[in-house]
Formats: sequence, structure tokens, C-alpha cells
Amino acid sequence: MERRNGGTVGRYTTGARINHWITAGSLVLMALSGLALFHPSLFFLTHLFGGGQSTRIIHPWIGVVLFFGFAGLFIRFWAYNLWNRDDTQWMKQSGDVINAREEKLPEIGRYNAGQKLVFWAMTLLIAVLFLSGIVLWDTYFHAYFTIGQKRLAAVVHAFAAVITILVWIVHVYAAIWVKGTVRAMTRGSVTGGWAWRHHRKWLREVVQKR
Amino acid sequence: MASLAPTFGRGAMTNHWNDIKNADVILVMGGNPAEAHPCGFKWVTEAKAHNKAKLIVVDPRFTRSAAVSDLYAPLRPGTDIAFLLGVMRHILTNDKIHTEYVKAFTNATFIVREGFKFENGLFTGYDETKRDYARGEWEYEIGEDGFAKVDPTLANPRCVLNLLKAHVERYTPETVEKICGTPKDKFLKICEHVASTGNGERSMTSLYALGWTQHSHGAQNIRCMAMLQLLLGNMGVPGGGVNALRGHANVQGITDLGLLTTALPGYLALPSQAEATYADHMKTRRFKPLRPGQTSFWQNYEKFFVSFQKAMFGQAATKENDWAYDYLPKWDTPYDVLKIVDTMYEGKLNGCIAQGLNVLMASAHKGKALQGLAKLKWLVVIDPLETETARFWENHGEFNEIDSAKVQTEVIQLPACTVAEEEGTFTNSGRNIQWHWKAANGAGESRSDLEIMAGIHTRLRALYAKEGGAFPDPIVNLSWNYARPEAPSADEVLRELNGYVLEDVKDPQDPNKVLMRAGTLVPGFGALRADGTTTSGCWIYTGCYTEAGNMTMRRSTDDPTGLGVYQNWGFVWPANRRILYNRASADASGKPWSTRKKYIAWNGSRWTGPDVPDYGPTVKPEASVGPFIMNPEGVSRLFTRGLMRDGPFPEHYEPFESPVANSLHEKVASNPVARVFKEDWKEFGKADKFPYVATTYRLTEHFHYWTKTHLINAILQPELFAELPEALAKEKGIGPGDWVRISSARGAIKCKAVVTKRLPTLTIHGKPTHVVGIPIHYGFVGTARKGHATNTLTPFVGDANVNTPEYKAFLVNVEKTTAPAGAPSV
Amino acid sequence: MATLQSLDIKRRSATTEPPPHVRGNAIEVAKLIDVSKCIGCKACQAACLEWNDLREEVGYNTGVYDNPADLSPATWTLMRFTEFDNKGNLEWLIRKDGCMHCEDPGCLKACPAPGAIVQYQNGIVDFVSENCIGCGYCVKGCPFNIPRISQADNKAYKCTLCSDRVAVGQAPACAKACPTQAIYFGSKDDMIAHAEERIVDLKERGYANAGLYDPKGVGGTHVMYVLHHADQPELYAGLPNEPRISRLVELWKGGTKPLALAGIGLAAVVGFFHYIVKGPNEVTEEDDERADQINR
Repeated sequence: MERRNGGTVGRYTTGARINHWITAGSLVLMALSGLALFHPSLFFLTHLFGGGQSTRIIHPWIGVVLFFGFAGLFIRFWAYNLWNRDDTQWMKQSGDVINAREEKLPEIGRYNAGQKLVFWAMTLLIAVLFLSGIVLWDTYFHAYFTIGQKRLAAVVHAFAAVITILVWIVHVYAAIWVKGTVRAMTRGSVTGGWAWRHHRKWLREVVQKR
Repeated sequence: MASLAPTFGRGAMTNHWNDIKNADVILVMGGNPAEAHPCGFKWVTEAKAHNKAKLIVVDPRFTRSAAVSDLYAPLRPGTDIAFLLGVMRHILTNDKIHTEYVKAFTNATFIVREGFKFENGLFTGYDETKRDYARGEWEYEIGEDGFAKVDPTLANPRCVLNLLKAHVERYTPETVEKICGTPKDKFLKICEHVASTGNGERSMTSLYALGWTQHSHGAQNIRCMAMLQLLLGNMGVPGGGVNALRGHANVQGITDLGLLTTALPGYLALPSQAEATYADHMKTRRFKPLRPGQTSFWQNYEKFFVSFQKAMFGQAATKENDWAYDYLPKWDTPYDVLKIVDTMYEGKLNGCIAQGLNVLMASAHKGKALQGLAKLKWLVVIDPLETETARFWENHGEFNEIDSAKVQTEVIQLPACTVAEEEGTFTNSGRNIQWHWKAANGAGESRSDLEIMAGIHTRLRALYAKEGGAFPDPIVNLSWNYARPEAPSADEVLRELNGYVLEDVKDPQDPNKVLMRAGTLVPGFGALRADGTTTSGCWIYTGCYTEAGNMTMRRSTDDPTGLGVYQNWGFVWPANRRILYNRASADASGKPWSTRKKYIAWNGSRWTGPDVPDYGPTVKPEASVGPFIMNPEGVSRLFTRGLMRDGPFPEHYEPFESPVANSLHEKVASNPVARVFKEDWKEFGKADKFPYVATTYRLTEHFHYWTKTHLINAILQPELFAELPEALAKEKGIGPGDWVRISSARGAIKCKAVVTKRLPTLTIHGKPTHVVGIPIHYGFVGTARKGHATNTLTPFVGDANVNTPEYKAFLVNVEKTTAPAGAPSV
Repeated sequence: MATLQSLDIKRRSATTEPPPHVRGNAIEVAKLIDVSKCIGCKACQAACLEWNDLREEVGYNTGVYDNPADLSPATWTLMRFTEFDNKGNLEWLIRKDGCMHCEDPGCLKACPAPGAIVQYQNGIVDFVSENCIGCGYCVKGCPFNIPRISQADNKAYKCTLCSDRVAVGQAPACAKACPTQAIYFGSKDDMIAHAEERIVDLKERGYANAGLYDPKGVGGTHVMYVLHHADQPELYAGLPNEPRISRLVELWKGGTKPLALAGIGLAAVVGFFHYIVKGPNEVTEEDDERADQINR
């Protein structure tokens, strides 16, 4: 007998998925090209981009794509990521989160507090990376900033990039750990069971609206 | 040069570059060696590093030389004489002169005629209509023995030294400050340093260049220093001397070879119209000694003159035809650059050959030169580079305004190769003749100057031979014995300058003994003869190319005494002497003045030292022969008799354009005998319209109008500018890099402003006076930014003795403006 | 000068491999620029352009003697002129600006491209153009504001101390051309000894604060200055007083790099072990059923 999976629930439109993967792809390329210039032992990564000069040229342009890609995601999703009391409660029970004791957690809407934190962290970090990146983009903005400002920008850019990668790891790991998540971004829908387990309040809202 | 010869006997740098390192005090005034002679300036650095020398710079501008000086003082352009007479007064009144030297080796003790006077700014004998002096009274009392009278006790008030003391008495430190604007404390500090060398222990060298020459009283500027150095006993000693730094590698050479239109090579005189016959010419050249036993070397004049004529005209010069004396042109008036431009401007010149001279840029008053060139029928320009002169007919907007269609002048350009593309010699400031080898072939169709001139000559000669003419003799009989007549080699020419023996010269004691064989090179000018048996194209160069070889090729760095005397490097005229008048480095008894400054001394049987003695090598000290062997007096001249047109003593005259009256004598403001052409009187500006003092100069990044065609030099100093004192810029609202318009009575230029603390606002006659500085170098041809000719502004008046234009002191106005049409801006 | 030749590399940018150091006896070289002897003639600039075959565009006069106006990819050395009114006595301080060849080079520290910047055993810091990626990090790393990035080829350029000439026993072109011997070149020890003599002379001439500029903050430099006012190096067109690699650059290029990589690695490892320990967070049958109940 076929196991029932609670049906499917639409989670992301096609536009949103394309937008996400453009952003995700550019973020990965940014990380690879950025890390290549960040640490000598990763300089070999420049070969992925056709060498040092082209890595240096491509990196900021991908950054522009990332920035606008993320801006699209932001416009789509910012409203779902507003903080509420349940999020605070969720955060307080982070032990239960890590141990997957979701039954103990409050019912979650479209996004849980962790996802919201990833969202806001990315918003902040990408803005910072973009702005500090502009300061460092000598090809076009060489004359507009002092060396002191550029030095500060370099440090800020490096720190922000590392944190971004850490946040990205959390984001990706969460998607891997929580089975059934990835299809939301590949197929656009999730199973009802997944929604019931992880975003029950959202499921109820979706059902109610029908 | 026109002041050194009347003072010492020869018109050249008395010491030499390497010798600067022996100085204890280096006075840079009237020059800016760090800027204009950076390579020679290394010897100043050496003196400072190894001799603890003090470098003093006196200049209207705080120059690159001043940047490394120990002491700097400003002065107003054109007031050097007041400053230096002030220094002379200081050392005379404070008894800082080297008395023993002055008594023994100068004409201090000579008694001057009663008729000689100085009153109200004029010396005896002034004729206002001729603007000239009758100089007959500027002379010594001559005794019955035919010799000049002297008073070794100096008791006679008519002694030169006493007259000099009276003359300089007016130049107190306060007067100097009032005229020059030099603060009294700085002036006195400089006096102390200068005075510290008035003994045999220490020496001062004077380094000057065109900052002194280019004035209406240029020769007298230099003359002041010559006198000062004599009073201090700094002539003929290591680290002393009056040292003219030459602005080109070979200016000394061209001067030696007859630069002035009244001179022949070797400082022989070209006869004037007044000297119709050979006898007339020789009459004034006897140079009998004015004191007993003196050398008066110019007594040999005829030997040099005849040898010169033989070199020029060979067999055509015979005793019978007075050595072809008639072949020589006789001058009516000197033809200096101002006179030539004026003659063009008057429409009295048909053709002009401009060889290595960019006359449109380099002459004073560019507007006049431009009009003059347009009146020529033809103009030949011989130059390695494109010059503005060759392009004078091109309209370049406000950079060169001319109606090209109206210019009828035919311009012929003959491309010359550069100096590195030919072999030959340079004669440097220190009179060292040095061979240079060819490094590369010339570009395109270029030829050496020698080849170009030979080409012109051989063609003219053929024409004269064929067609005759009024008097073809000097041309068809010109000696032209070169292997390739159309292209003589520099080697052949140098041999010719040195001179040949024409007939065997036999020992008068032993007629069987041949002293010099016919056809050999003359070993030295002592062997030249007045009987037509020797030749010499330039007697002072004789010895530079002997049977032992080409001496100018020698490159030995041996300096046995460490005094910088490289006796086997090149050949120094005269007779390979490195320091002129070096006999004066020892006292009357032949003992060195000090061990520090030991140079040439009497060892009991002869004069010895690292250098060739400028003296009879075995003449005993007791013979009382003076060390200034060229002068009939045997001594040097503090009082130049009638040898300078504008006075036997220098006197402060204002530049022809001055912001103030002459406070010493209002009626005689500027040099009373400087030549001014009639048209030019009205082109002098007055302080009401042109209130600022201006001066012009070279920059180290450029060489005249040449290097603006070269990319690297253009990179290093790309664009014409003027330097303005901060106070003036503030008054006019001018900021660094703004465009300014600078105008004089003769024209206006536009350039960038460099606002600087290095140009002073001086207090002159109690009033603040701004000094504006404008480099030359720019024009409408080349790689650097197009610029106005600085000489658009400069006045058309020259020095009273040699007519060098007064580029260094004139009046301008300054206004803020906008970029000239067609000039891109930052 | 043969002993100054070693081109063994002491430091190499963005490299984790240790440098060779068996031949450890190379003599350190230095160029000594005696500002008190410099006449600002720019012969050094001309020689630099000639030897290195550089040609700047013809610029403009901007109201000062400094030409070109600044260092550039084609201007590796530049005279900087400063007028200083020292209590009524004017001084014209002329400093030849260019790479200082720091013992601890900030450019090399900042450079992310392996081998784009090297330091030889003799102390010369050299840019190896073919390895340069044009990122401009050297500009940010330099405490003296020296490197310039070319718009033409996106490579960084600066004075090489004529490493090519030094390698064959010649002094740098600028030192060779200097007419007043304001630029000396030799072993660093000799240069310090010579500077000491010069300082004695300057003190005798009234410059009480004359001294050598060999800033310790960057480990000393292989281009040193004799200054009349060593107590105020800023007078000389802003020569930094006590320069050092910026703390920001040290933070960026120092501990941050390994710590950041470790942090990233750690995050991945923690995730991995979390998965191993806790297993996947899977939807249960119950979840499906409950969902089915409402989602129909």
C-alpha cells in the first residue's frame, strides 16, 4: 500500500525558484572566487575562473548579480520574515531544535526563527559586502576612496564574507538535515507531512485560504 | 669675459671645475649651478663634504642651489653691483683684505691721473650725445722713464686703492639694504664669511653665469667679483678664482674661436675701419711694459697674428702683402644679436644664416625679432631640430601671431647632426679642450656643421673662381687643404688650429741644428713666429695637437697631489695650465701663502707644483716680474684704465626698467653708455603700468629651446609657468596652477602660476616690491605643451661692453586670466 | 658589488612554502638618499624612465615643480618639493619619493597572488608582473602609498631598486645618474656608516635634529633618507613618522586568514557530526497522516 504523504503544498513559485538559484549560484561562485584571493592555499581556485586576473575581474561582477538577485529575494520574502513572539519562544528552545524535538516547539508559520535569522543575516551581510566591495573595486572606483577607507573596507569585506559563508553553511546544512526541504526549491512544493511537521501554522493558513 | 680680461689679462674662467672642491667658501651669485650646471655642481658638493666648505647663495630667487646652501640672501634683480661694492667696503673698512697680496699683485699702489674723477654718477669724459666716454684721463701717471708711477706706501691719495676706498664708501650696509632689499643682518653675515678668506689660509671661489652677464651692466657685475677676489688674495690659488660657468658644453670653445664680431680666434682683434693698414693695426698692439721688467705677453701679438693669417690664407699671405691684411673685413660697429635683429627690423639685412641659434626664441623682444625675420629675403637655418626660427612664418594663434601670406622670406633648412653624431672637441668652462668621438650616424639627411659649412664654402669658392667679382681674393685664396674639401675632418681642423711649421727652423746658435722641421706640428705657442714660417689657427690652442699626438684625447685620471689637477686629461689652454695666474699662489719671495693653499712655489731654481706655472719657469722671484703676465703692468687691475667702456670702477646703475629711481644719482639712473637703438627708447616700461620686477632663467629639466622637443624632458617639466611671491598672488587672487597674463611694455604672455615662498617681496627704498620669475624654454614647436616665448617680454638693451641683452631685470604687470586659445587644461 | 648579487628569494607573496635559506649569507643592500645634498634636478627621474623604458604622458603644470604630478605605473620615482619656513629661514626640502623596500613589506603581506611580490635575500622588494592579478591589495598594504595599478594592463608597478642592475653588480640607475651623489648605493651597513658621517656634518652646520630615516616599524627599509629634520619627517611631503603596516591590514592578512578558514571548516564538521549523531530530521508517518487530514 502506498504510503500517504499528506499530499503536496505549493511553497515557491517558479520565479522565486529561479531567483533563488541565481542568487545561490552567484553566492557559491562569490565564495569560491573570494576564498581564492583570501588565502594562499586556496589560490588554486582561481583556475576555476580562468586565472588570477580573470578571477579578480569576475568576482565583483558576480557580486553585482548576487546583490540584485538577493534584492529580488528580499522583495519577495521580507514580509514573511518579520519577527514574532513565537520566534522568540522558538529561539529559547534551540536545544529542542537541534535535537529535532519539534513536537515541543510552538507551531511555526512559513518560516521559523532560524530561517528568519538566516534571511536577515544575509540581508545585512550582502549589503555590507556590496558596499565594502564597491570601495575595493579599484577598476571603477579607485579615485573615490582613500587608502585608509579601502583598508577598512578590506577588513570588513573579509569578515562579512566569512560570516556569510558560515551562515550559508547553516542554511545548506539545515536543508540537508531536514529531509524534504530541498524539493521546495527544486520542485516548488513540499509534502503535506513536511509542512505539518515543520511549518504547521503555515499549512493551516494555506489550507484555510483554499 | 669682457671684465676678466681688463682685470687679469685673459677672459676666461680662471680656475676649473675640479678645483671648486678646494674652496672653503663658495659664493654663488649671478648663477644657479645646481640648476643650470648640475654635473659641475658635484664639485661644490665635494667641497662641502670634504673641505667643510660653506656655500653661500645670493640670488633674487631661492633656487635649487640655495636649497643646499648654508646661507642664502635675496637681492633685487640688477643690483648685484651695489651688493658687491658693499662687500668691498666691508672688507676695506674692516681691514679684511689680504694686504700683502694686494700690494704685490694688483695695481693698488699705482697712481692715477689727477684728471680722473667720479661725480654725480659719471666718470670723467662723458659725452651725452654719443652716450660714450672719452677715456683718455682714466690712466696712470706716467713717469719720465715711461713707466707708471707707483707709491708702495699707499700714502698718495691718488693711489688706486685709496680711490677705490673713496668710491665704495657710499655703499654702507644700509644703502645695500635700501637698493638691493637684502636684509642687513644677512648681508653682514655674508660679508663675514667672504672676509674669512682674505688671508692665504682659506680661499673663496666665485661661481657665476648669465645671472651676471645678462644686464645692461653685466661686465661690471663680474668686474666687481674680480676686484673682490683680488682684494682677498683669492686669485691664482686653489679653490679661488672667478669662475664663469658656461651654459653649453662648448661656449668657451666658441668664445675662444672668435665669437664676438670684433675678435679673431685666440682673442686677437679683428681690425676696425680705423685701422686701414697693417701698420695701423700693429701700432695699437705693442703693449710695452708699464713697469720695469714685466712680461707683457701681448708684445708677442704679431707672432700670433701672422701665424693666424698664414693659417687662413697660406701662400697668399706674404710679408709683401702685409700677410694678406687686406683680406680681413674691417668692422664699423659690433654685430651682436641685438644689432643684427635691429638691422633686420630696419629692413637692412637681406639674408641670415642661423646656425645652432633659435633666434626667434632667444633674442630679447620676440615681437621685434619676428618682424625682423619677416623682412629678410632669405633665411638659412642650420639645426638638428625643428626650431621656431625655421617656422617663424607659421601662425600659431597667440603663440605666434603672423600673417603667413604676407611673409616673403625664403626659408631653407639644413639639417645638422647632433654633437654625438660627429667627432670634434668641446672646450669646457675650465678651458679644457676635450675630444669627443662619434657615437652614431646622424638621422636622415643630416650632416655635421663642419660639412655643411664646407659645402657652402666650396660652392661659393667655385662661383667666385668662375665669375670673379669685386674682391674674390679672400675667398678663392682661403687655405683649404683638407683631404676631402667638401668634408674636412675635425682632426684636420684641430691640427690647423694648433698650427704647423712651414719652413725648417734652425737654432740661431747652431745653424746646422734644426729646431723644428717643416711640416711638423708646432709644439707650443712659444714657437710661433712673426716671419711667416709658422701657422696657427688659434694661438692659445697651440700645443693641443703636437707630434706626440692629439692631446685632447688624453684621459688620465692621475692626480698626484689630490688637488684635482689632472694634467694628462685633455689639454687646457694656455699651455695646459689648469689654474691661471698660479704664480700668485706664492708670495713675492716665491713662498706659498700657506701650506693649505700651496700650489706653485719657487724651489730655489725653478717654479714647481702640480700645474704648469703661469710664469717663466725659471724667472727668479727677485726679478719682481708680476704674476699677471698678460698685463703690461705685470699686476692685475683694480682700476681698469680705459679698457671698459663704462668705467674703471664699477658703479651701481639701475636696470633700464626699474621700479625705483637711482638713489645714488637720480640723473644717471642706468648705465650711461649702454647702447639703445632709437626706436627702443619708447619701448621701456615704467613702474606705474608695470609695477613688478621680473627676471628670466633656465630650469634644470630643460636646455634652452632644445629639450622641449624631447619626451623625457617634456615629462619632467611640461609647461610654461611663472613664479609669483605669495603676497602678490594673494593680492591678485591667483592660486597655484591658475592662468596668468604677464605683460611688459613689449608684449604679453600667458602661463601657469607657481605661487611660492621662493620668490621674494623685497623692501626697496622702503616699499614692498614683488619679484616675478619666468623660465624660458617653451615655444610653439616641440613635445612639451605649447607655450608663449618668454622673450616676448624682455627689453632690447644690452651690456655696455658686449651688448648681451638685459634678460635678467625688467618690469612687468601680472593679471589673472584664462587659458590661451587652443591650450588644453587640466 | 658581486656579493650583493644574490637573487635568492627571502619572502614570496601568498605562499605557504618555506623559502630557501641554505645560502644565508647574502649582504643586505640599501640606497641612501641624502636629502641635504639633493638639488632636485630630476636626473634620477630621467634615468629611471630611460633604464626601465617608461614614458609617461606629457602632463601639465599644476602650480608646483613636482612633475609628473604623482607616482604612476610609468613614474616609479618622483621628486617632491616642499617649501618650509624655518623661523624666517626658507628651506626647500626636496625628497625623492619611491618604494622604500621595507624589510617587512606591507605590499607583500597584502598580496593574494602567489609570487607576484617577492623579497630577495638582499632586501629588494620586487613585483613580478606576470603573477600580478591587479587586485590593488599592495596599494592598501603599503604604508608609504607607493604602488600604482596600470589602467592599461591591470598590473601593479613600482621601483624595483633596479634589481636587474643590482643582480649584475651595478648600482640602480638613479644612483648612477645623480650628479651630486645625493643617492648612494651599497650594503646597508656601509650606507648606515656613511649616513652617520653625513649627520655629523649636518649637525655641525646647525641642523641639530639631522638623522637617518630607517623606520623600525617596517623592520627598517632598504631605501633610507638622511634628513636635516629627522624629528619631523612629515615636513618632507608627508613622509610618514614611524610608519608601520596598518593594523587593519595586519588584522586582515594576519590571524584572520587561518582563523576564518578554521571557523568555516569547523562549521562544516559540526554539521557533519550533528548529522551523524542525530540523523536526519525526517517526516514521520504521523506527520503525513495529520497533514492528510487537513490537506484535502
